[in-house]
Order: sequence, then C-alpha cells, then structure tokens
Amino acid sequence: MLAQSARPMANLPASKSFALAHDLPLDSGQALSGVKIAYESYGELADDRSNVVLICHALTGDQYVASEHPITGKPGWWERMVGPEKPIDTERFHVICANVIGSCMGSTGPASENSDGAPYAMRFPVITIRDMVRGLVGLLDGLGIERLHTIVGGSMGGMQALSMAANWPERAERVLVIASTARHSAQNIAFHEVGRQAIMADPAWKDGDYYASGASPDNGLAVARMAAHITYLSEEGLTEKFGRRLQNRDSKSFGFDADFQVESYLRYQGSGFTQRFDANSYLYITRAMDYFDLAEEHGGTLANAFSGTKSRFCLVSFDTDWLYPTAESRHVVHALNAAGAKVSFVELSAPNGHDSFLLEHEQLDRVVRGFVE
Amino acid sequence: MSAIGSGLRPDLAAIADHVESSTRVLDIGCGDGALMAELETKSGVDARGLELNAELVERCVARGLSVVQGDADGDLANYPDKAFDYAILSQTLQTASRPDLMLDELLRVGKKAFVSFPNFAHWRTRIALMLGGRMPVTRALPVSWYETTNIHHVTVDDFRELARAKGAKIEREWFFANEKEIGATAANWRAEFAVFQLSR
Repeated sequence: MLAQSARPMANLPASKSFALAHDLPLDSGQALSGVKIAYESYGELADDRSNVVLICHALTGDQYVASEHPITGKPGWWERMVGPEKPIDTERFHVICANVIGSCMGSTGPASENSDGAPYAMRFPVITIRDMVRGLVGLLDGLGIERLHTIVGGSMGGMQALSMAANWPERAERVLVIASTARHSAQNIAFHEVGRQAIMADPAWKDGDYYASGASPDNGLAVARMAAHITYLSEEGLTEKFGRRLQNRDSKSFGFDADFQVESYLRYQGSGFTQRFDANSYLYITRAMDYFDLAEEHGGTLANAFSGTKSRFCLVSFDTDWLYPTAESRHVVHALNAAGAKVSFVELSAPNGHDSFLLEHEQLDRVVRGFVE
Repeated sequence: MSAIGSGLRPDLAAIADHVESSTRVLDIGCGDGALMAELETKSGVDARGLELNAELVERCVARGLSVVQGDADGDLANYPDKAFDYAILSQTLQTASRPDLMLDELLRVGKKAFVSFPNFAHWRTRIALMLGGRMPVTRALPVSWYETTNIHHVTVDDFRELARAKGAKIEREWFFANEKEIGATAANWRAEFAVFQLSR
C-alpha cells in the first residue's frame, strides 16, 4: 500500500501486485521487508511457461507498457512494440512488465509506508540496479516462472537486462538491450546530479519529508525532468522540431516568459511529469543508475560478468544517442565476444537521440521481432 | 549434404561443404547471412557473423543469426585466440586496410581459416588492362576504380606468396570460373575466384 499523501499516485487504481514472502537483501547490506511489486501482464501464459517475455522499464517508466496509464490516460509507453501482432507479439508471448522497487507506481519505494506507518521518505535505503533485478527475480519466483524466453529493456531497462544476464545467467534465454550501457559515465552522473540538486533545492522538498505537507517539490522535479529530457533528444531533433521558433507570439517579449517553442515544450514536459512521478523516487532511481557499473561488480573486467553464459544477446544503439552512445554498446559487445557469448549488435540510424527506442522505427521493429522469434 | 546447388555463391558453397559439424564459425563480412544460415542447418554448427553494413546486419538478426555490426579491420581484436574452429573471410580480404595483418588475425581467432577473393590476374582482367589500358571492370570486378571498395587487388599467386611469408599452411584450394569449379592448373590465369583453406 502506498501512503496516503498529497501525491496523485497515492490513489492509483490497483495494478496486479505481488508481495515478496521474504525480506529483500540489498547491495548496501540492508534489507527491505514487506516488499510489494506492482506489475502488468499481457497475453496467455503457455502451459509449460516457456513463453514469458519480461520487459524492464526505464528511469521514469512503469508497468503500463501496453495499457493505458492510470494517471495520464495516455497509451502504454511501448504499445507500438508490444501487443497483438506487434514485434513482441502478445498473441504468442506472455509479457510481464513490473514497476521497479524505488519507483512510485505501486512497487515499494520511498513514498511507501515504513513499518511505523509513515512513508519511508529518505529512510528508504539506497538501492542499485541489481537490487531492482533482485526484486524482479522475486516476482518471477512468486509467479513460478523459472526461465524467461526473453528479457528486454531500453535505457535503464537495458541495465536491468544486463544485470539479470550477469547475476542470474540461467534465468533468461535471450537478452535484448536497447540504447543502454554497462556503466554510468561521468557525464551521465553529472546530469543526474543536476536533477537531484534541483529537487533538493526546492523548499517544498523538506529533506524528503513532504508527503504529509500538502505540497511537493514539483518545481525542483520539473527542472530535473527538463534537464534530463534534453539528454533524451538530439540537437538535430530539437532543431528540426523547434528551431528558434517563437511560442504563440510574433516577437521576443524582452522578458523571461517561454518565448521560444523549445522553452514552452520543456516546461510542459516538466510540469506534466510532476503529475505522475514522486520526487524522492527520482532521487533514488537516478542514484541506482549512477552506481551502476557491471564490470566493477565482477572484478573490474566486464567479460567476467558474462563468462560461461548460454544466453543469446542482442544490443541495439542509435547513432544520435549521446546519453548512451554506440561506443557504450560496443563496449558490452566486445566483452560478450571475449566471453564467447552469442551476440548480435546493430547501430540504427534515427534522428531523435536516446528517445528513438520509444519512437516509430521499422528497422528496430524488425530486429526485435527477429531476435525474439 | 552438399551446399552446391543450394543457391549459395560457388565460393561460399565450397566453404559450406568443408565446415565440419559441431564447430564454431566466425563469418567475417557475412553480408545477409546466406553462408551462416546454410551452416546452421548442419548439426551443431555455431555460426557468428561480423558485418559493416547496418542494413545487412538487421537482415541477419531478423533471420535469427548472431551478427555484430563491426569493422573487420578493428573488431577482430576483441575475440580471444582460437575462439573459433573456422574464421571465414569471403571476398573481403581485398577491402582490408592491411590484408597481411587481417590474415594474421584470422589465424589467431580461428584454428583454420577460409579466404576467398576475386583473382585480379584472371585473363579477362589482364586483357582489359593490357588492351584497354583502363582499370578493368569485369564480371568478377563489376565496380569502377573510383567506387570500388577493393583497395588491395590480389592474385592467386600473390596470395600463395603471402601465405608462405606468413607461415600459413594452405590445406585446400578451390578455383572458380563461370560459376563453376575448375582445376588448379594455371589457376592464376583461369580462375575468376579463389578459395583457400589455411591453418598455422
């Protein structure tokens, strides 16, 4: 149960929810008790349970991969990829998508009630990508699914897929990693730090204890989203979409309104985001991403993370993605080659930067469809 | 089962026929994956590919093959020694920036190597150059000098000499003209394409 609070997601319609029977051990050495994992599923589970595709969501994603978002009313975030006769075909596959721990769409996170009945807020332990995957493995165990046909993820979802492949190598036959990385770079960490500082500088943040205050650090969270959103796009894409065009006016205002379309767009993205996301979750999840370094977890050599793997891998990058550029995917591919793993890799051309994986892309569709066949 | 008559290019069919079952194969410059697909019909062949062209890689992945988009000149370095039973380089040697180093890499990552290439000393090429005085554009080499990716034209005798200099043993050789296999006699004149099986 989420704590009652001023947050809109406190009153979510119930997603499917699974309560882990045991405490979840964390990389920090702490453990989380009473963990709930909210998830959605699509398509029939085969009798032998061999047709399960687990989709891992990105930083601000959620379990509504192919169904309407309960707050925004928008279609699922990857409906163009997941559904009947789509590349991940729900007439063939049983697709599961779960909200990661630390998030705010029904899985245990900083807005959830601690044992004392109050929200965790900053008492929530710092989690890692591997902790998120540990939660997903707990869900799969609970659902009686030993082996995934495929684990799929873009961006932070790709990190989870890699983490699953490295730490639970028997759990997935195929591992599909799109626009992702095996480690966060200094630049990645730097952008996240800007976002976190924006949230923590908002007076409404109140050291994270804002749930009962009737206000939340929406201004800070919106700025964090605006900064991050720039990293999801490409310069070419921004120029094409907005250029220097003015927003609903014929001339500059000589003030600080959103004169430019790009300003107006970012403000809209920022404020829309605060309607559906918890600021503390943003802090915790960005931290988990910054801590991610799969090689470090495996003695400093990425190939060690995959030694002896029997899984088939496919990595896809986009040529205009400067958040997780092609070189990061190649780095993973080289490690997989060194480990003797079966791996495919392709860099696709797309104008829209990191976000390309969520947008219309026929070549991506064909690669995904072919790989999960 | 013979791959001849399978629709594969004759040099690829010759290679496919001589890859043993239950082996690991790296096809460098695998194109649309025709050879890999043929090899995977054999029992236990584990075929991997390397291809520069993203569109061809996409077609390979879409047909379920394991292919990495990459450059034979740079990406071979990431594979461990003798990671494969066979390393295959079909009609790509002449596009390498350093064919001699490429041959070293092939014999490092593969226990055996297959190399196929168009023979620049074929009589048609020689006549085109001798009588025409222009860089040959022939059936085997259909692209003009300024567009071709073939930056290191090579002849059958040149290749034999390179193999000798590199201490590589030529285990088998095949020669083709008019899409058919021909004998080794005067191959440097008669062959449009050559395939060598090497080891070290």
